[in-house]
Amino acid sequence: MGSCCYIPSPSSSHLLATDFFSWGFKSSKLPFLQKRRFDRSQRASKICGYYGLRTPPYKLDALEPYMSLKTLEMHWGGHHRNYVEGLNKQLEKNDILYGFTMDELVKVTYNNGNPLPEFNNAAQVWNHDFFWESMQPGGGDMPKLGVLQQIEKDFGSFTNFREKFVEAALTLFGSGWVWLVLKKEERRLAVIKTLNSTCPLVWDDIPIISLDMWEHAYYLDYKNDKGKYVNVFMNHLVSWNVAMARMARAEAFVNLGEPKIPIA
Amino acid sequence: MAFRPLLSRTLGLTQTLTHSHSHSHTLTQLRGLQTFSLPDLSYDYGALEPAISGEIMQLHHQKHHQAYITNYNKALEQLQDAVAKGDSSSVVKLQSAIKFNGGGHINHSIFWKNLTPVSEGGGEPPHGSLGWAIDTHFGSMEALVQKISAEGAALQGSGWVWLGLDKESKKLVVDTTTNQDPLVTKGANLVPLLGIDVWEHAYYLQYKNVRPDYLKNIWKVINWKYASQVYEKECP
Repeated sequence: MGSCCYIPSPSSSHLLATDFFSWGFKSSKLPFLQKRRFDRSQRASKICGYYGLRTPPYKLDALEPYMSLKTLEMHWGGHHRNYVEGLNKQLEKNDILYGFTMDELVKVTYNNGNPLPEFNNAAQVWNHDFFWESMQPGGGDMPKLGVLQQIEKDFGSFTNFREKFVEAALTLFGSGWVWLVLKKEERRLAVIKTLNSTCPLVWDDIPIISLDMWEHAYYLDYKNDKGKYVNVFMNHLVSWNVAMARMARAEAFVNLGEPKIPIA
Repeated sequence: MAFRPLLSRTLGLTQTLTHSHSHSHTLTQLRGLQTFSLPDLSYDYGALEPAISGEIMQLHHQKHHQAYITNYNKALEQLQDAVAKGDSSSVVKLQSAIKFNGGGHINHSIFWKNLTPVSEGGGEPPHGSLGWAIDTHFGSMEALVQKISAEGAALQGSGWVWLGLDKESKKLVVDTTTNQDPLVTKGANLVPLLGIDVWEHAYYLQYKNVRPDYLKNIWKVINWKYASQVYEKECP
């Protein structure tokens, strides 16, 4: 299937990352592994793939006419696949980063603001996995129940949220992404934009929905008409079902309600 | 020129220019705003085929470059307002829009001059002092082309790859800028000789995600004559 092996994670996955990292640094010149690389007869046992290209949860033509089959083929089969293969190639060279889940890999390679060269590929793989799942055939419309309530609480109304989201998409300078995230500290939803491959995971936010504003995401279908693309996404593609599932999971990490402390 | 009607519009006057002499102090205060317009290409949209398709050239020129100009003009107008009112926070807030759209206008204006059809000498390597300087600094034309193409392909996201001249040290440099940052943001002494747009809109319809192919083919339509002219002006 898709992503890498499962590591039994301790209570804080962040701790695991630092431990792993410092271990890697101490023994960076693992001699037996180096030898294996140069020794041709050992080729068969060499690990070649770390992460797989996850397929979107719908057929590639299922988003027509809003996102064409051609775009999906190029975007998923070309760009997304290149990121996965690029990442695997980078990981081949160095075992320090082996064994993370995608989430953890993104945070580790971000390296607190001084990203390692693997960050770009790792984050883009994660971003695209998240993006395909943020859409569905027959999407759009409005969120319901808890998600709608939270949106109305944090933005005033769904219309206001939609306006903010569209505005963020249209005022993004360059390549990047627009996100609806749940901010952990502030315990509220927010619309944010990130540039290039940056992902709100690195700031410990919980992404709920994303929209790819790199030109390759819409150019074949809409040329330079960003406004049309964003509106089509909001009206016909965004999956509020997935948003609901993600919110439900997020509530395990963020307490959105006021605690009901009984007054004796 | 272009700003007289703008002035009279702003002042709400319909007087002719003779009145401006008596109101000369108001004139200098208002200091008409220069608006920018889309420069024409000196070749047809389809003239750069097959290196760059006519469809891309038309979209790139009429839609993208025009949008930068429109938004640049708008931002400048808003900036003028904010400066006049002393609204510092608006002045600062507008800087990113000016850098982005103004940069887009600057960069694309250079880009159109950097390209020319094969029939007009596109792709012909530079003779004269620029050719000599390239050989001195990079070893050969091929080495330079390799370097620029490699840096352009490696650029993550959107940006430009440049061949520039440091007018102080008289050295040639290859550099990249992100988004629409002009080359001067990488060094105040840098003069752009050649810029290649590696935003996806510059090649996607034709080359899809194979940016290296775009960078390989664009050399066939590069206008080295223009680059030489700029170089010779700085290094006579």
